[in-house]
Amino acid sequence: MPPAQTEVSRPRDTSEDPRDRTPVISVRRLWKVFGPKADEVPGSEELCGLTRRELMDRTGCTAAVRDVNFEVSNGEVFVVMGLSGSGKSTLVRCLTRLIEPTAGEVVFEGEDIRGADPRRLRELRRSKFSMVFQHFGLLPHRKVVDNVAFGLEIRGMSKAERVKRAMETVELVGLAGYENSYPDQLSGGMQQRVGLARALAGDPDVLFFDEPFSALDPLIRRDMQSEVIRLHHEVGKTMVFITHDLSEALKLGDRILIMRDGKTVQCGTGDELVGAPADDYVRDFVKDVPRGDVLTLRWIMRPAGPDDALDGPELGPDVVVREATRAVLAAEKPVKVVENGELLGIVGDEEILSVVAGQDPGREGGA
Amino acid sequence: MAAVADATAPVATIRSRVGRPVVVGAILLVWLLLFAVFRGRQTLNLAAADLTGLHRWLNDVNDSIGANRNSNPLFLYFFNEIRLVIDNLVTFVQSLISQPTGGRPVPQIGWLGVVGLAGYVSWAVGNWRVALLAVAGFTFFGLQGLWQESMDTLALTLSAVLVALLIGIPLGVWAGLSDRFNRIMTPFLDFMQTMPTFVYLAPLTLIFLIGGASAVITTVIYAAPPAIRITAHAIRSVPQTTVEAADSLGTTRTQQLVKVLLPMSKRTVVMGVNQTIMAALAMVTIAALIDAPGLGKTVVQALQSLDVGTAFNAGLAIVVMAIVLDRVTTAAAARTETRRTADGRFTGWRRPLLGAGAVAALVLVYLSHTYVWAAEFPGDGTVGSHIASAADTATGWLQDHVSGLTNALRDALTNGLLNPFQTLLTDSPWWLVGAVLAGLGAVLGGRWAAVTAAVCVGLLVGTGLWSDSMTTLASTAVATVLVMLLGAVVGVWMGRSALADRLIRPTLDAAQVMPPFVYLVPFLALFGATRFTAIVAAVVYAAPVAIKIIADGVRNVPEATVEAATSAGCNTWQIITKVQLPMARSALTLATNQGLIYVLSMVVVGGLVGAGALGYDVVAGFSQGELYGKGLAAGLAIVLLGVMFDRITQAAARRTRA
Repeated sequence: MPPAQTEVSRPRDTSEDPRDRTPVISVRRLWKVFGPKADEVPGSEELCGLTRRELMDRTGCTAAVRDVNFEVSNGEVFVVMGLSGSGKSTLVRCLTRLIEPTAGEVVFEGEDIRGADPRRLRELRRSKFSMVFQHFGLLPHRKVVDNVAFGLEIRGMSKAERVKRAMETVELVGLAGYENSYPDQLSGGMQQRVGLARALAGDPDVLFFDEPFSALDPLIRRDMQSEVIRLHHEVGKTMVFITHDLSEALKLGDRILIMRDGKTVQCGTGDELVGAPADDYVRDFVKDVPRGDVLTLRWIMRPAGPDDALDGPELGPDVVVREATRAVLAAEKPVKVVENGELLGIVGDEEILSVVAGQDPGREGGA
Repeated sequence: MAAVADATAPVATIRSRVGRPVVVGAILLVWLLLFAVFRGRQTLNLAAADLTGLHRWLNDVNDSIGANRNSNPLFLYFFNEIRLVIDNLVTFVQSLISQPTGGRPVPQIGWLGVVGLAGYVSWAVGNWRVALLAVAGFTFFGLQGLWQESMDTLALTLSAVLVALLIGIPLGVWAGLSDRFNRIMTPFLDFMQTMPTFVYLAPLTLIFLIGGASAVITTVIYAAPPAIRITAHAIRSVPQTTVEAADSLGTTRTQQLVKVLLPMSKRTVVMGVNQTIMAALAMVTIAALIDAPGLGKTVVQALQSLDVGTAFNAGLAIVVMAIVLDRVTTAAAARTETRRTADGRFTGWRRPLLGAGAVAALVLVYLSHTYVWAAEFPGDGTVGSHIASAADTATGWLQDHVSGLTNALRDALTNGLLNPFQTLLTDSPWWLVGAVLAGLGAVLGGRWAAVTAAVCVGLLVGTGLWSDSMTTLASTAVATVLVMLLGAVVGVWMGRSALADRLIRPTLDAAQVMPPFVYLVPFLALFGATRFTAIVAAVVYAAPVAIKIIADGVRNVPEATVEAATSAGCNTWQIITKVQLPMARSALTLATNQGLIYVLSMVVVGGLVGAGALGYDVVAGFSQGELYGKGLAAGLAIVLLGVMFDRITQAAARRTRA
């Protein structure tokens, strides 16, 4: 993969971000257990301690989500990543109660949605959140525009109004001209744009994506990822994004939660995962990531020693290594990493090269 | 029966070491040895006019129901009410298109109106090609001189389909939505589908008497299961993601059903309507045995007097009606699929054209209501008598010139295969045959199949018709063997050659929509009124379904496996026998299962043309009061045979899949 296509250069800087930092979604001690005595598992200290296999043998239950905690801030893109069977799809369905959680809290804008009655839950689904699915879930007997308007129709919006709104959304996702086609006349990527438009049409506060691009070809997948980034810039929705693809997670996610066997392994920004993996599982996972594309200078700088010349150029700590490479190599002296006027450390040719050279063997596998 | 259950335990352990075919061979060998020793003893033979206590008791039940029909509250407020409602419906539809009514010498809508309506409806739900077919087909009934009979059959079929769909589609939707209801319904529907059409008739006459109304009730019971099953299947096969997506948008259950599930199941449900119509037509013709008016009656009367020409003419009308109804509903199913891709220019014109067509059809209806020339089909059915005499001539010619061949074939199969096997079954002591059946059940299907077989054997003995059951069993077994031979040969050919498949499949599809009845006519012409006629008709009736299943099984063998075998140097014969047939063996067992069920239903219908045994007992039960109980018991025996075949082969099929 040519480096130019890896878009990780968006500023991850949080200090001057105007976004409101109060959480939109807080998930606390969330459990989902499938099986005959599912309710007993989260409460029992003994059963909680078992591995998945032991639990299966002891009780016949499968714990798909085990004691997961996280918060999603307003406007954030929060990615849940894991391999198949890690419980990530179950987790996202628990957040909207498409699957009923077994225990724990899901607080949405201050309201625990586990306490919502069916009517309130429908209301939330109609106006507050919507979801994009891996296999699209479109209605084959309806035209694109009617698929997009479906969510508005079931709210009882008048025909003229919903068609107008749907047409705007169709345009927003780049499907103008296809509004009168039927889903089976569209390619997979275009069908998923319809799915995206349907989710956006209701103007929800939060968008959930359940592996939306896994069923698409790699090239189309990349287009759609860029599309999501663009839409995020334009409409600024909070997004919870499920994927099994690490490069997709790094590309889209402000923060990433890695799941394994239903448990949280690590939760943090992309450079935190790559720079400080929590355990061997995560380390193995991020091994093939082009580190220069993800790590910032903060991760590779060293403290300035007495011998170092301190009259080199200055760079911020959140500049990605790849972007700093040319500047560092071109400079005669080590580059100073400075934040708010304070010297954090320095980066020389040595540090840059260890990252840039060290990444090469893994390049092919990292795509 | 305890002995039987014990016997299966060692069999089960032996099986793991010596393989199933060896055990089956051993069982058959032991049977032959014991047959030689015990021949002719305890065969439970019963002469045609003899009755057992059960039969006499059933006669008494019939008499007492007849006497109390208008005083027993269950009948007064339930069964009679149902009958009354259905009777009104049937009379109404008949007065519209087939029977003179209210002082008019002709029905409300004459032939011109019916032909116009048939053409218009076919065009509106299907396309202009099936509309032409419908017009031609309906006109043909008139030319055959069978207009009124055809309209009676159509009236009964339509009434039954209407009621069957009114019941079946809601139940199907329910079964599609609720797992629990589906679990309750499934075994029930399975059971109903293994029943030969024949056996529904007798018990229902007990409750609803004979005539058009009970024919419709019987038909509803027979034709509703496919509607229920296919609707439930359609609802269930809506992709989970779509349902979830609708859920995530906040649909209520009603919105979910109306806006997502029903529209997405529409095409499959229309196919279910097709199945229901075909099942209803098949049953309505057979219901002639309980005095239902229409084409079936003409065929039955002609068969009983061995009048091949008349039977052929009426049978041809049934075939034409089956083809028209099938093509129109199939086109309707295809239309629900293609409508949205039709181009805009055409769809713009469609609405005014439909309106114009409706007006034209109404004008024709008005004309046929008002003028005699448009009400009564002109001419005297000369085409029909030409067809009948041509069929008679052909039959005569065949009997004169080909009878050497057909008789040789018949005698060879009868003496070489059928008679020895039948003797083996009927002359063995009943407990020996019972033990063999249970043993085969154990080896092929496992413990539960053996238990089912043993219970069925016990109940068969209880019906008092053991010997007749064994005769029917012999015919069924021989016919099934022939079906499987035919199925394997043609099925493998079709599975291996796409060209063969394309050429043969349409014929098989067409053959499958024919009511079983009409198969008897040509073979009656060829082979006369014997057991053999019924067997050949059964083979021809059951072959299409077996061939299709085997062809699909062979086709589904992965291409890569065949390629691997070819590259290992297999010749064609080796590929078929060592790769394709073994890998398609679950299709083979399924084909055996379906073949047996189809054959059984046809072998008993063969009672009409001299096949004797259970089928004859049933037919005789309808016509002679003192044999009514025996006919009812024979119907029960047929059910028991069907259940036994079905359970053993189903269990065997499950095993081969595992």
